Amino acid sequence: MATEVSRPTSRRAPRQQIGLIEWLRKNLFSTWYNAIITVILLYLIFQTVTSFVAWMVTAPGWPAAFTNIKLLLTWTYPVEQLWRPQAAMALVLLLLGLSSGLWGGIVRMVAFGAAAVSVLLGFVAFTFPDLPGQTSLPGWLFMFLCAGLLVGGDQAARWIGVKLRWPLIVAWLLSYPAVILILRGGLGLPIVETKLWGGLILTLILAISGIVLSFPLGVLLALGRRSSLPVIRIFCVLYIELIRGVPLVTVLFMGALLLPLFLPGGESIDALVRAIVAVTLFSAAYLAENVRGGLQSIPKGQIEAARALGLNVVQTTLLITLPQALRAVVPVLVGQFIALFKDTSLVVIIGLVDLLGAAQNIVGQPEWLGTPGGVWRETFLVIAAIYWVFSFTMSRISKRIEDQIARSRH
Amino acid sequence: MRKQMILVLAGLLSLVLAACGGQAQQAPTTAPAQPATTAPEQPTAAPPASPAPTAAPAATSAPAGGTPAQPAAGGLIERILARGTLICGVNNNPLPGFSSVDAAGVRAGFDVDFCRAIAAALFDDPNKVEYRPLSAQERFTALQTGEIDVLIRNSTWTLGRDGNLGLDWAPTTFYDGQGMMVRKDSGINTLEDMNGATICVQTGTTTELNLADQFRARGLTFTPVVFPDGDATRAAYDAGQCDGFTTDKSGLVSSLTLLSNPADHKILEVTMSKEPLGPAVKQGDPQWFDAVRWIVFATFQAEEYGITSKNVDEFLKSDVPEIRRFLGIEGDLAKGIGLPNDFAVRIIRHVGNYAEIYDRNLGPNTPFNLPRGLNALYTNGGLLYSPPFR
Repeated sequence: MATEVSRPTSRRAPRQQIGLIEWLRKNLFSTWYNAIITVILLYLIFQTVTSFVAWMVTAPGWPAAFTNIKLLLTWTYPVEQLWRPQAAMALVLLLLGLSSGLWGGIVRMVAFGAAAVSVLLGFVAFTFPDLPGQTSLPGWLFMFLCAGLLVGGDQAARWIGVKLRWPLIVAWLLSYPAVILILRGGLGLPIVETKLWGGLILTLILAISGIVLSFPLGVLLALGRRSSLPVIRIFCVLYIELIRGVPLVTVLFMGALLLPLFLPGGESIDALVRAIVAVTLFSAAYLAENVRGGLQSIPKGQIEAARALGLNVVQTTLLITLPQALRAVVPVLVGQFIALFKDTSLVVIIGLVDLLGAAQNIVGQPEWLGTPGGVWRETFLVIAAIYWVFSFTMSRISKRIEDQIARSRH
Repeated sequence: MRKQMILVLAGLLSLVLAACGGQAQQAPTTAPAQPATTAPEQPTAAPPASPAPTAAPAATSAPAGGTPAQPAAGGLIERILARGTLICGVNNNPLPGFSSVDAAGVRAGFDVDFCRAIAAALFDDPNKVEYRPLSAQERFTALQTGEIDVLIRNSTWTLGRDGNLGLDWAPTTFYDGQGMMVRKDSGINTLEDMNGATICVQTGTTTELNLADQFRARGLTFTPVVFPDGDATRAAYDAGQCDGFTTDKSGLVSSLTLLSNPADHKILEVTMSKEPLGPAVKQGDPQWFDAVRWIVFATFQAEEYGITSKNVDEFLKSDVPEIRRFLGIEGDLAKGIGLPNDFAVRIIRHVGNYAEIYDRNLGPNTPFNLPRGLNALYTNGGLLYSPPFR
């Protein structure tokens, strides 16, 4: 926000500097009943927080989440192949680090946040157990390595400079197939069937695939709905309204169990692919409506002006209306992506085991029988924290993008 | 949101059920219309027309009375062997002791061991199993559509499911029954003391229906408090939201150890229902059904003979004719059901007999320490009884 200082802005009245006590009196103890409410609320907050902390310290179930960290992260991914998720994650983080050095701004915020989390997790990871037959790096070493990759990538990219731009963009485009290749195998690597995938990996793959794939589809549907060609328009309207009228669970259920009935031949489609397709189709319909909202907010004069300049329909859409429309709906889109990320937990219903499914399984392990109260509270708190970290990151990114757009409008 | 989800699932399921039920009802009405002489030509008549097109040949080509030397062409066994893995439907919401995943990602449990036994019989390798975790709502649909080969997911064998859903149940591997847990200081000793009580119960299960039946039969009233999964049900009871908590007795025993103060609670004597749990297969492939059935019987029979995974090699040298037949040294009994002759040896060597499976998962050295009860051999006062292997 350093730039904001140098820019002349409309000046507000000078703010009064008030001390802490003055502030307290003004905001919390201004009248006698406000004072009472404040005291009562403070007491309630204090009680809640202290009893929660006391419970956290004495809760017997924390080992459940930590000894089963492998299940939470990768589910039944073969132990001897665990280096592959590590390699995939390292690849993505290196790209993130390089991008941070090249573009700075929001990317750097994300990269350094991720580095800080990695270091933190590195210390936590000292408590993780070693697995029999583990060939991958120990958790703590890997997390420190991740932080190193992020910061190192950042420094390297600053040193190399703009030359890196196009190679990096190409690398990002190739990273998705590369990650899938590393995880699934092929080209000499032993195949790890997607049936063995699960936990956080599955959640992330579902969410990222859904977000990446539904975005172009949703934009096309939004444009199609505003098309003057009746066949395309009617198809898009039917598709959007049909999908929006059906809950995600139903779409997932259709994809997972009823699709095999309609398809000829015994060979069935991979369950993960079916889930990705279902999530994408579902998300695209909602995204289309959001984008359409953005398109409608563009004044008609803009399009007329573009036509007057001699731009054809495609050029008008790609250069004039779409960029402005997308910019207008960034907050809504990010909100939708966060919802999609959390909605992926519904795949439990079709037998895929995501982060939530893995947690549910941990709670049912026989070794936790005899733990008073069970271990579900602790385990679910851990995965709630994981969900929160990702959702919070997305919402902060959205906030920063909004700020940037707001500033560029001045 | 959750409630809406379940409503939708229930709606979908009821559609599926209605469709299957409709077909099943049609079958008898068309059968009498045909001349009696054509009936023997359709020995496998009137399974609800199987939805998966690939399964249709299996239903018609599998001979009913013959003893084919090879698995029937196009039969499920042949397809499983060609595929190289057995697809076994298990519980996605784990039931301790029956199906759970350990910290290294390996599945274990009583139900899982029966999946492994079938794989051992087919492939001589108990690890050639692909587990499909299934929710209570989708388990039967997955079996009907051929997504899985066999369902071993603590599913109760009932007439309705056997008939209307077009499934076949192999012998019961675990005899359970519905029980009731209450607080010791509540003064409740029998169901009759529970008039007007609130009772925590998991929804979508036979348990919920049994509870209503039992109370209605006794002329008692109760308020059900329903939850979609077992953990939430137990937690609500533990928090004091209900006077009673009902589920299968094996589940009550493991739930008891998870309560805040296990000593404050007790399980009533009464058994409110029969819950025979066992493997289920899709109707329409008698050979596969027979194979699963006899794989389960083999674990019973091995316990009866005292053959364990430790001493099976000594028994291979046995001179006793019936043991030699059972282990496939003499005769070729298993060919008739499409299994290799030594399938019993494979099961015992890799997975063990019934007692070993039981003790490994539910026995005295586990947190459950469940007494065998009805799940003992008929010679010990239980219900496990294998027809002769001859």
